[in-house]
Amino acid sequence: MSDSREWPLYEIFIRARGGLDHKHVGSIHAVDDRMAIEHARDVYTRRQEGVSIWVVKSANIVASDPADADAFFEPARDKVYRHPTFYDIPEEVKTL
Amino acid sequence: MSAATQTAAPAAQSRFLYVLRLADASLILAQRLGELVGHGPALEEDLGLANVGLDLLGQARLLLTYAGEIEGKGRDEDALAFLREHRDFLNPILVEQPNGDFGQTLVRQFLIDAWQLELYERLTQSTDARLAEVAAKAVKETRYHLRYSSSWVVRLGDGTQESHDRVQQALDQLWPYTRELFDADEIDNEMIRAGIAPDFSAVRQGWDATVNAVLAEATLQRPADKPYLWYGKRGDHSEHLGRLLAEMQYMQRTYPGASW
Repeated sequence: MSDSREWPLYEIFIRARGGLDHKHVGSIHAVDDRMAIEHARDVYTRRQEGVSIWVVKSANIVASDPADADAFFEPARDKVYRHPTFYDIPEEVKTL
Repeated sequence: MSAATQTAAPAAQSRFLYVLRLADASLILAQRLGELVGHGPALEEDLGLANVGLDLLGQARLLLTYAGEIEGKGRDEDALAFLREHRDFLNPILVEQPNGDFGQTLVRQFLIDAWQLELYERLTQSTDARLAEVAAKAVKETRYHLRYSSSWVVRLGDGTQESHDRVQQALDQLWPYTRELFDADEIDNEMIRAGIAPDFSAVRQGWDATVNAVLAEATLQRPADKPYLWYGKRGDHSEHLGRLLAEMQYMQRTYPGASW
């Protein structure tokens, strides 16, 4: 970002096979959306890694602030009862 | 058999030369693109061009192997690639032209991609089953090559004044070499009559349509056609091929039979 002529950054998501989710695999630089797709194809699918590509400008991703991690994620740590496995299911319950 | 359906089977020597022409176009362009590995303007472009080069090398290997089988003298893909002399290479002169700047590399690529796409699409219908198989594989690769190179020609042509001027200059410089792609000589005509090669005028029409559309979008001027008498496919080459071959063949010439 220090050089204003640097190409914008894109985040790349690849779907490995039909039925699976697109997974984040990395990022590339490109001047426009079309080039981003082509670069993603050339960089991340050369070994048959995917059947579909999503690209999104990194600038368009809104991310949580690492400084908020304590406030965001710590409170969930001691609340194991939020997992369904916390509860014993009575024998009589057939379908749940 | 009626006279109309009767076509003389072309001589093996002509088939050998025709397949070699196709093979060498891909081989020499692959070697040119290989020179750029590690020198691309950005990591992404470096890989992009290398991918195209490797596709072309794959095509060349299949075609050279087939050419060697037609010839029947025991020459395999390596013997044909590394142990032939300058004048025995039958690639169009266009593909041996130096990489120049990035714009020139991409203009050369675009002109060839558009040609190979028209050619391979039709070769999938060739009466020669082996060529049809190779073409069926290559046509998918080439569709991507053309997408990649044409998007760059548009981007640079319709970019800054400098990028426009440089790409136009590359186009003017390379244009005369496109002519031999569409001039059928006696070997080509023999293949066309046998249904092995496609009708060259149809290939030309398709190429014209692609090139005109992309050049218009790129705000580039299509250069005028001029008479041109050099034919790489007959073994007449520019000064650049010798140096390319010296690099490509050095290892096998210095250490014959070396492998790893």
